[in-house]
Amino acid sequence: MDQILENYFNLTVMAQAFPDVLRGFLITVQVAACVIVIGVATGLFFALLRATRNRVLNALVTIYVEVFRTLPQLVIIIFIYFGLPYMGIVFSPFFATSLALAAVLAAFSAEIFWATIMAVPKGQWEAAHALGVSRLVTMRMVILPQAIRLAIPLITNRAIAITKGTALGAAISLPEALGSAQSAMSIHANPSPLTLAAGFYLAFFIPLVWLSRVLEKRFSRSQ
Amino acid sequence: MDLFLENFASLASLQQIYPLLLQGLELTVLLALVTLPLSIATGLAVAIIYSFGGSLVRRLTILLIDLLRSFPVIVLLILIFYSLPFFGIRLGNFTAVVVALTINNTGYFGEIFRAGLQSISKGQHEAAAALGLHRGHTMMLIILPQVLKKVLAPLASNSLELIKTTSIASMVALPELLRSARVAQEQTYNPTPLTAAAVIFFVMLWPFSHWVSRMERRAIIGSNQR
Repeated sequence: MDQILENYFNLTVMAQAFPDVLRGFLITVQVAACVIVIGVATGLFFALLRATRNRVLNALVTIYVEVFRTLPQLVIIIFIYFGLPYMGIVFSPFFATSLALAAVLAAFSAEIFWATIMAVPKGQWEAAHALGVSRLVTMRMVILPQAIRLAIPLITNRAIAITKGTALGAAISLPEALGSAQSAMSIHANPSPLTLAAGFYLAFFIPLVWLSRVLEKRFSRSQ
Repeated sequence: MDLFLENFASLASLQQIYPLLLQGLELTVLLALVTLPLSIATGLAVAIIYSFGGSLVRRLTILLIDLLRSFPVIVLLILIFYSLPFFGIRLGNFTAVVVALTINNTGYFGEIFRAGLQSISKGQHEAAAALGLHRGHTMMLIILPQVLKKVLAPLASNSLELIKTTSIASMVALPELLRSARVAQEQTYNPTPLTAAAVIFFVMLWPFSHWVSRMERRAIIGSNQR
């Protein structure tokens, strides 16, 4: 018991590591925000590109979605950070992590938005057409509001799952919560900073996971 | 273009490093083969405990599931691998990855099976009881087959995520596919191994991922047609 307290909840070590881990946690939150905003917006844009029914655009988006849905996130992060510099393209760890995770989230959300757009019954397109409403306006005023409503719980789940990947930034020495905790652990020869980082992550994700549960329930009931 | 090919798809470099990549691939496959059945079993166990439990047990299981789902698996892995030695417990890196992935996915699979079990109507349990089947048999013969059919899409989707996540083993220096590619890249000063690893991952996982996404799309479209 003493050993557990000494190693996991050593208050002296925690107090010393706190500023670093907190700074790291703020970076985690920043990356997460970038990933969600860029990823979901790009995903919606890609789904709309597919909806234009242009063959070339459709093929390009499909290939993009298949590739980024299939590759592991860490492989993409490592490739961007360690591979692209050989091409003269150098990104900071912050940018590389955000870009990689946003690219993955964009692929998943493009697929979700596309499926929910398809899920709106065809009759609505035909009804709008019969009323003389243009395709663009139909999409914006009739189809998209319903599609987005359907997509919300699915996107939330995906966004949470992918945002947890911000800790992968530690692999390319992004000083986010996990990375800072790891360096603090080596300095103090005590793993308490890891507990601290884990605490931060839990404080961040438990409300989100709970939110996704609430959303899932509400949307499945109202249908 | 030549520069691009030389850097990202150099044949000479590929010849040099492919045994290393093959070894890595083997380890990646092994990790998936060990972890996937293990976490499906633990997830199912948690869900069954939920469905047989009283209201307190149910609340506790939900709490456990949400806690496990909130914990990023990389944080869990680092915690297991780097902090247990302070207690004199030294897990090998393979074991540490298996333990971390299994704990993490117990939450995901647990929630999938739990939602599936909950969606089966009470009448099924009652009808089975009326026929004189006891609870264990009802679960195995009547409830679970229906659940399995209902949760196939999320089950497959999470299995895919699990296989992809095995690449985090590279963060504790386990030479699976990604780690081997990194080592090869540093030895040859050429990113071709990274490209090769990405291509191997894609070729290996694409059929599965394509199948999953078709199933998910059908589920979404189906849920809105009535």
